[in-house]
Parts: sequence; structure tokens; C-alpha cells
Amino acid sequence: MEALDGNAIGGMLYHVFGCEMTMAQAECGRCGACGPVAECEVYLGGPGVVVRCRICHTIVMVLVKVREMMCVDLGGLSKLERAT
Amino acid sequence: MAGAALLGRLTWRVATVTAVVDETPRVRTLELEIPGWPGHVAGQHVDVRLTAEDGYRAERAYSLASAPGEPPVITVERLEDGEVSPYLTEDVRPGEAFEVRGPIGGYFVWRPHDGGPLFLAAGGSGVVPMRAILRHRRHSKSEVRARLLYSSPTLEDVIYRAELDGEEVVHTLTRAQPPGWTGYARRVDADLLREVAWPAEDRPLAFVCGPTSFVESVAAGLVELGYAPGRIKTERFGATGGR
Repeated sequence: MEALDGNAIGGMLYHVFGCEMTMAQAECGRCGACGPVAECEVYLGGPGVVVRCRICHTIVMVLVKVREMMCVDLGGLSKLERAT
Repeated sequence: MAGAALLGRLTWRVATVTAVVDETPRVRTLELEIPGWPGHVAGQHVDVRLTAEDGYRAERAYSLASAPGEPPVITVERLEDGEVSPYLTEDVRPGEAFEVRGPIGGYFVWRPHDGGPLFLAAGGSGVVPMRAILRHRRHSKSEVRARLLYSSPTLEDVIYRAELDGEEVVHTLTRAQPPGWTGYARRVDADLLREVAWPAEDRPLAFVCGPTSFVESVAAGLVELGYAPGRIKTERFGATGGR
């Protein structure tokens, strides 16, 4: 499956967080790389959305819609900070 | 963006098609009327949602092709196995409507005060947000230099051909070239970028949009030329991501 990037889930993240999130800074919990969500690797083809660190490819976010409820796992991130 | 606009719901709105323009045999531009449209920034996109009679829904993201201040316009490339693009490129007629939410995105955007010089690199329908950026630059009478490198399989696949004639554009045709073609005829590589992109000393601002493989190779090539990674904005699209 080909990786897209965080731009592709801007609408979904806006829906979840209530604000623009592609410029938010995401810090990988494994390698510490930090950059805008827009630059993360995004895989859309599965049952949910998988977001990986562009540097070490660790899974940093998973978003799955279950019965109209969006379940969000941010366990792979050490920080997610909205741009000011 | 004002604080009040940041915290709010991104709602699905009804978009009515007001005009349809065939750009190439596989690509179509749709002008939309969206009540309550808040306006957009060049480079942003919308999500389009189609709902089937049985309730099945499919969503795809499409870049906005119009400049800020103009009505929202999307340009859609037909993917043969797509769930959304065949309807948008073949079936939809003026007066018909579907749902959109947006505008979306704060990363792959350009405002005149962001400056330049702008180096835009587009693969296929990756040219759509570039059209919004170039139009905005023109409308705002920005003096920022802008050059577009645009890779297409054949001349027939070039989107916005007439409009782009008025811009500084370097075409490369990767699959087939018409007789007498004097432009580039290969995939974008480091050598081609060295000839076409602004020199790194000018501190250019680069936007790269297209299929993932195109974006990866162009972004890597620009870094090799000395472009600051923080001044290279990338947007990848693919069969599952729309655009």
C-alpha cells in the first residue's frame, strides 16, 4: 500500500479535534522526530487510518470509525502540539 | 485564522455544481456553489462525500483549483476503480449536488506574504493546487517570482493548458511527445531539477504535489540542491486518497 501524508486526513482530524491540525507538531514517541502532522506517513487503505513517523516509521496514530464513533489512538506520540 | 474560527465544527455542506469544464479526456473541473462557504486559502482542499441509496458513503479529498475570493472549484481526475471520481467526472451535471466539508489544510498553503521565489512542482493532477497558488499570485499582483515544473504522461494529459500558457511553466512529457517537441521528455530527476529549479541561494519556497513516488523524488532532489527542508511543502495523493 502506498503512503500518503497528513494532508489527506486534514478533514478527519479537524472533525476529531475541532480545529486545523495539519500544522500541529507531532513528536514521535520512539525516535523523537518532530514535525507537522502534514508530513507524517498516512495509510488510508485499511479498515482504519494508520499514521506513521516519517523518519522511523513507527505507528504514531490510529483512527478507526466504529458505529459512527471515531476512535483515536495517539499512543505512539510523545507530543501533539497545535501550531500557534 | 481567528480563534473563533479555529474551534468550530467542520460541517458537511451542500455543494451545487454550477458549471462543468472538461480539461482532458479523464479530468474535469467542477465549479461549485456552497451556501455559507467561508472562503479559502490557495492550496487548501475539500472532502467530498457521496451517499448511495443504501446509505453507503464514500469520501475523497480534492484540492481547490480556484483562487481565494473566487467561488470554490475542484478539478477531478477519473480513477477507473474509484468510488467517487467516476461520478464526478462522468455523471454529474450542472444543478446536481453533493456534500463537501472544508476548506481544509494549513500546511500546503500559500499567501502572498509567505513570499518566494516560488518553485512549484506538479505531477499529473498535482497541478490543481498550483493553479490556485498561481491565480492568487496573479490576482494579488504579487511580485514574487514563480516557476512551475509540470510532469504529464502526454500533451493530451496536460490540465489547464491554455491558462498555464500565461505562466512560467516548464513541461516534461514522460510517456509520449508530439512531433517536434523540444521540451523535456523524461521523469523529473536531480539533473532536471538542477536545470529548472531556482538556485538554493535564492532561498526558494517549494511546493511539490503529485503521486507519492513523484513527491518523494522531487523533494529529495531539492534537498540535494540545497533547499531548506522546512521550505519544501509536500502533498501526496494516490488511488485511495482522491485529489
